[in-house]
Amino acid sequence: MKALPGTFDSRAAVALADPSLQKALKNFKPLFVAKRAAAVAELDGFEQLRETAAAIKDAVLSELDVWLERYAAKVESLGGHVHFASDAAEAREIIREICRKADAKTICKGKSMVSEEIGLNEVLEDDGYKVVETDLGEYIIQLAKEPPSHIIAPAIHKTREQVADLFEQNHPGRPREDSVAGLVNEARHALRERFFQSDVGITGGNFLIAETGTSIIVTNEGNGDLTQTLSRAHVVTSGIERVIPTLDDLSVFLRLLARSATGQDTECYTTLSSGPKRPGDPDGPEEYHVVLVDNGRSKMLAGRFSQMLRCIRCGACMNHCPVYGAVGGHAYGWVYPGPMGSILTPLFNGLAENYDLPNACTLNGRCQSVCPVKIPLTDLIRTMRNEQIKAGLMPASQRRMMAAWGWVARQPGLYRAFEKLGSKMLRLRAGRSGSLSSLPGAGAWTRVRDLPAPSGPTFIDQWKAKGGQS
Amino acid sequence: MSRETVLHSIRRAISERGVRGRFELPARPPAPTYGEGRLERFTERLVTHACSWEAIDTLEQLPDRVMAWLEGKGLPPRFAVAPPLMALPWPEIAERHCDRAGIDESVAVSLAFGGIAESGSLAMYSGPQSPITHNYVPEFHLVALFADDIRDSQEGIWEKVRATGAMPRALNLIAGPSRTGDVEQTIQLGAHGPRQVHVMVVHAKPSTS
Repeated sequence: MKALPGTFDSRAAVALADPSLQKALKNFKPLFVAKRAAAVAELDGFEQLRETAAAIKDAVLSELDVWLERYAAKVESLGGHVHFASDAAEAREIIREICRKADAKTICKGKSMVSEEIGLNEVLEDDGYKVVETDLGEYIIQLAKEPPSHIIAPAIHKTREQVADLFEQNHPGRPREDSVAGLVNEARHALRERFFQSDVGITGGNFLIAETGTSIIVTNEGNGDLTQTLSRAHVVTSGIERVIPTLDDLSVFLRLLARSATGQDTECYTTLSSGPKRPGDPDGPEEYHVVLVDNGRSKMLAGRFSQMLRCIRCGACMNHCPVYGAVGGHAYGWVYPGPMGSILTPLFNGLAENYDLPNACTLNGRCQSVCPVKIPLTDLIRTMRNEQIKAGLMPASQRRMMAAWGWVARQPGLYRAFEKLGSKMLRLRAGRSGSLSSLPGAGAWTRVRDLPAPSGPTFIDQWKAKGGQS
Repeated sequence: MSRETVLHSIRRAISERGVRGRFELPARPPAPTYGEGRLERFTERLVTHACSWEAIDTLEQLPDRVMAWLEGKGLPPRFAVAPPLMALPWPEIAERHCDRAGIDESVAVSLAFGGIAESGSLAMYSGPQSPITHNYVPEFHLVALFADDIRDSQEGIWEKVRATGAMPRALNLIAGPSRTGDVEQTIQLGAHGPRQVHVMVVHAKPSTS
């Protein structure tokens, strides 16, 4: 997927002014957070599972080449094909070649973030294939010609009315449906025939098991299963970091994934696929391909952001992020939104091009506290900011401001004098209400909320008054 | 070529960070166990995931129960059935086949490989005896499961799979009917797969199976 035009600032401004998006975001946030909390509370030892999952990932990443070779050998022993792609262009080329050889016409897709990352749909459509997204959320945004705005709920920004409009435009001859049940049913009917026409089925791979040469997909709808079972060729697209050693390791991750992602104890369908159809099998794909995509991951492995490769793409970080909750996913400009995207997007697409992303974070740490694999997201975001400063990317005005603040902060007497003056001026401006509804230079803040004025003596004054030492 | 390029980049990264062999795989926390309460836990989780279920004493009772269930739903006695269940004493009116499910398949009757008490999931082991399309294409999925084949956790199912000597081409863990929350986060059953899943827990396992 190509990066969206504009900067985070400009896209966020559009998002904040979009009433439909704001309505959708208001609905989604409490639901995901509360459901996760309830699901986690029901399970003994969730913290221990998080620790274990992080440790499994670190151990695998420290010998990733060994595990990948073991995994590939096992898949190949089962009659499957494993392709390694250094970058997005190579991955696209491998998949195009598979589709050409399969003489494909219709390609069904289960949800795959890697395929979004490598911009697969565009090239396949340009080649003339009928490409059909089958996850309902992905299908909705495919019809709307929009990118996903959430990694597990891609159409979260769409209201029911907008979905009804899209279906009315794209399903001629059917009466308009307005209820959720009616819309889901309409999509079921529209996609059913496509599944049976599918020549190549492309899915993601939540995990890859070295022990058994197995790829795993986890879904609630069953679309991924129909995609991979009914197509003549099944193509799994996956990042190289998704391999884990054994089925028993898988259990650790599965216990974390559904609870963190959707607040369920398990997703409806967990499917373990090992190779193509075997002699005597009545169904299943005749070809089975796994495309392992590097696309910058091995570079990540070498640097200060290697912990990001623990990510299992559950979306908990964005569900708990106040910034994501206010502006939604499109403001982040690319495939991966929210806190994970604030780190991944600059790493994949450039620090300079994505200067805003790590700087749009409040460093409140909620993402880090819920991450099932304990990625220190706020620390990584801080590190990313340091990298940007070291690379000279901070705008000159900000640099001058920070330098001035830094100089004043090193003169305690002067700093306190400014602090007292500033505090007094804010108090005076606020008057009896105790808060400011407008403030020069902070219009974006005060447009949607009042700024509380400092209410009394400064912290240092209080500290001294209570006998503390300065 | 690309395989070597990618593996080489990985090896270089690992060596630059000096992490090879520095982290050991951790011990995994013990899987949950339910002892005598295993069946109860399993059926309780089935209901949580919007499945219905009933107990039957022997597999020979399955045809009568399936026919009664279909009649109760107003469905015609026409279905896809797993090959091991084909020879059960079905009444003459039961139109059945064991091929892969077709686009208009409405009902399938399957035999599960196992059940998971922890999550109320059914484990379906693909192969000539168990077409995968039966699990996903029909609107109504009826599944027979021997009580003896229920394990406490996924780990129990992995053990059971390892005991067969090979991973099946597809191992499907199914927890309830298909669902989606993609329209306004409202959960709706029957997204692409079955709208209803009915489980028949069979208490007496024939010694030959």
